[in-house]
Amino acid sequence: MSSSPSTTPPAAPASTRAKPANKGEAAADYLDGRLGIYSLAKANLRKIFPDHWSFMLGEICLYTFVIIILTGVYLTLFFKPSMGEVVYNGSYAPLDGIRMSEAYASTLNISFEVRGGLLIRQIHHWAAIVFVAAMFVHMMRVFFTGAFRKPREINWVFGFLLLCLGFFDGFMGYSLPDDLLSGTGIRFMEGAVLAVPLVGTYIQMFLFGGEFPGTDIIPRFFTIHVLLIPGVMLGLLVAHLILVFYHKHTQWGGPGKTEKNVVGMPLMPVYMAKAGGFFFLVFGIIAMMSAVASVNPVWAYGPYRPDQVSTDAQPDWYMGFAEGLIRVMPGWEVRAWGHTLNLGVFIPLMLFPLVLVLIAAYPFIEGWIIGDKREHHILDRPRNVPVRTGLGAAWITLYVVLLIGGGNDLIATHFHLSLNDITYFVRVGSFVLPIAVFYITKRWCLGLQRRDKEKVLHGRETGVIKRLPHGEFIEVHAQLPQGALHTLTSHEQPQPLELPSEVDENGVARKVGLLTKTRAKLSEGYFGEGGQIPKPTVEEHQEITSGHGHH
Amino acid sequence: MKKLSARRRHPLAALVVLLFALAITGGAYAAFAPAEKAQADSSAQSLAIDEGKRLFAVGCSSCHGLNGEGSADGPSLVGVGSAAVDFQVGTGRMPAQQPGAQIPKKKNIYSQSDIDQMAAFVASLGPGPVTPTSEQYTSTETDAISKGGDLFRTNCAQCHNFAGAGGALTQGKYAPSLEGVSAKHIFEAMQTGPQSMPAFPESTMPEKQKQEIVAFVRYQANEAPNPGGLTLGSLGPVTEGLFGWIFGLGVLIAVAIWVAAHTTKAKKS
Repeated sequence: MSSSPSTTPPAAPASTRAKPANKGEAAADYLDGRLGIYSLAKANLRKIFPDHWSFMLGEICLYTFVIIILTGVYLTLFFKPSMGEVVYNGSYAPLDGIRMSEAYASTLNISFEVRGGLLIRQIHHWAAIVFVAAMFVHMMRVFFTGAFRKPREINWVFGFLLLCLGFFDGFMGYSLPDDLLSGTGIRFMEGAVLAVPLVGTYIQMFLFGGEFPGTDIIPRFFTIHVLLIPGVMLGLLVAHLILVFYHKHTQWGGPGKTEKNVVGMPLMPVYMAKAGGFFFLVFGIIAMMSAVASVNPVWAYGPYRPDQVSTDAQPDWYMGFAEGLIRVMPGWEVRAWGHTLNLGVFIPLMLFPLVLVLIAAYPFIEGWIIGDKREHHILDRPRNVPVRTGLGAAWITLYVVLLIGGGNDLIATHFHLSLNDITYFVRVGSFVLPIAVFYITKRWCLGLQRRDKEKVLHGRETGVIKRLPHGEFIEVHAQLPQGALHTLTSHEQPQPLELPSEVDENGVARKVGLLTKTRAKLSEGYFGEGGQIPKPTVEEHQEITSGHGHH
Repeated sequence: MKKLSARRRHPLAALVVLLFALAITGGAYAAFAPAEKAQADSSAQSLAIDEGKRLFAVGCSSCHGLNGEGSADGPSLVGVGSAAVDFQVGTGRMPAQQPGAQIPKKKNIYSQSDIDQMAAFVASLGPGPVTPTSEQYTSTETDAISKGGDLFRTNCAQCHNFAGAGGALTQGKYAPSLEGVSAKHIFEAMQTGPQSMPAFPESTMPEKQKQEIVAFVRYQANEAPNPGGLTLGSLGPVTEGLFGWIFGLGVLIAVAIWVAAHTTKAKKS
């Protein structure tokens, strides 16, 4: 508990202070005198956070990140990031006498010799898989509820960068053990680098310090994996959290909730306890997973050798869409002037960032179309912004279709399908399905809006059947409570942007730019007739409820 | 010589020549005919071939032809050898149930002696790989598993996966899982190259290397304990991602919902 507001303010000179009542207060005084924590604590310890499970998705990301850092530090104590060749003579007999790199040998060592090493390794890897998955879901929560709107656009970008860095750090970690799967992943990356026109070969030579695989790549990846990317991520993470504190948390609309308040409970003690407890729950669940299920069984893959490869060589799930892009892309090549332009790899390489940038840029695009400069702290219900919800669903569809492309071989074997058919499906589906899903989702949202309107105007169905004197049966509807009416109708319904009249007040033709026209068209799509169902007005509600008795 | 020449028109001359010719033919036959013992073996073999031919006529000939010459529905079996029959029938692939991208493994309905008889018949059509004996496919080396692992990753893992879990090929074909496949059948598959699989004859892969691969596959796909816990099918990162989403993030979200639903009650003031 923070000290009560009646104690002496920190600005007062120490000599005038009363003698501390107990040791705790003495310690607090000591720290306050040196760190100035009183004002910081006063401002933040009682900070209010709203309560909803979807606001805890970010917490899952934070905690898994902490778990990854902790276990990662343990792993660095035993891992040797070296491609020096050794003959294995450790305790895993099926690899006895096999030549391998020190990196791989030390990973086997961690798995079989180091106390708790295998469990820690599995916690590290499972936590990474869940970390990226949680970031993905967290981002989608923010997207569908419109939590990225002003003032949170920059924080959205920070979150997006964390996601991308998570992708790449995960990929590097996957590459480090130098097992057969790792090496195949690095080979894939090398191929992608080589496909870059003009500079590809130079970048490849720079990156690998010579021909593939060379001896430099593992030590280099190690430094990037444990130092560079985590350092940047930590910085972004802190900035992300500071901004969450600074902006205050968003909340769902409802009675008593406005754009100017936050309804919830204080950080201290409620969320300290809940968040602290949740950390241990997350750690416990990840540890349990790691104790039960194997992840990246490096001993089974064997050491990497450029002449060997195994089927089912996929990246971890978050890079799966990149794998899908490559797998379904036709192998186009252009040969001219003694050079080969490998479009079959280069186009996917360019589409990979594009898929990601599509979602990252969305808040700015929406902000431009709507032109809303106000701050928003009340979340949108996804159904109330059908176009955004549809676009989000379309993006997820694209991502999932590409993931299917990345796992086409396993889908072929497990569903008894032809690999080629899946490839054709993905080629067509990645264009067609997002569009179809957009329309379906949008219609679905409009349907839900109509249902809300119906509920507000006609009340809810009670399940009570009444027989009228003349024999007709009707179901009795009951009015919603006031709070529910408020929740269903408190959202704003912006009107589409109107183009200025073609001539100004003097009758002179006005020039309207193409950009403005496009913006008005898009705005019409968002909020025009097809974009939303007008919510019930007070008059409509009164007219219906004021009395003729029929439902 | 003159005397002989003078009597060449004698009425009995033809008879004498005939007697000489018969004596030479008979003598040559006596000299070159197979020995008594070999003849006895041959009859046992031919019995097996006859029996095999009868089984073949019932179970196989509708596609492969009465004499294994093949048809539009099935390839010629001349020269495939007894090992191919032992593999195909022993794993239940043959007789095939229906045409398709690939003939799947199923329950074997023949006894081993039936299979041997059919194998004998098919082997009699032309020379080919011979069914191995257990000494041929069992390695006695102590480091067979680790050497076999290396060979497996070079020659087999690109289709059968690092742990022998199988994998996809084009147009609905696939490399089957090696779990539960007997040592003999693994060896025969390498000898004969069934369906989409390439053959690994003695010239490209000596018997010793085949033995090592057999030892590795038997270990990896059947006996190997997995130190990490559940293998999730040994299918690589795809199943790991699925497991992470469902049992990792799924459970965590369920817990988050539970935590959010249990909160402090506001005190009445």
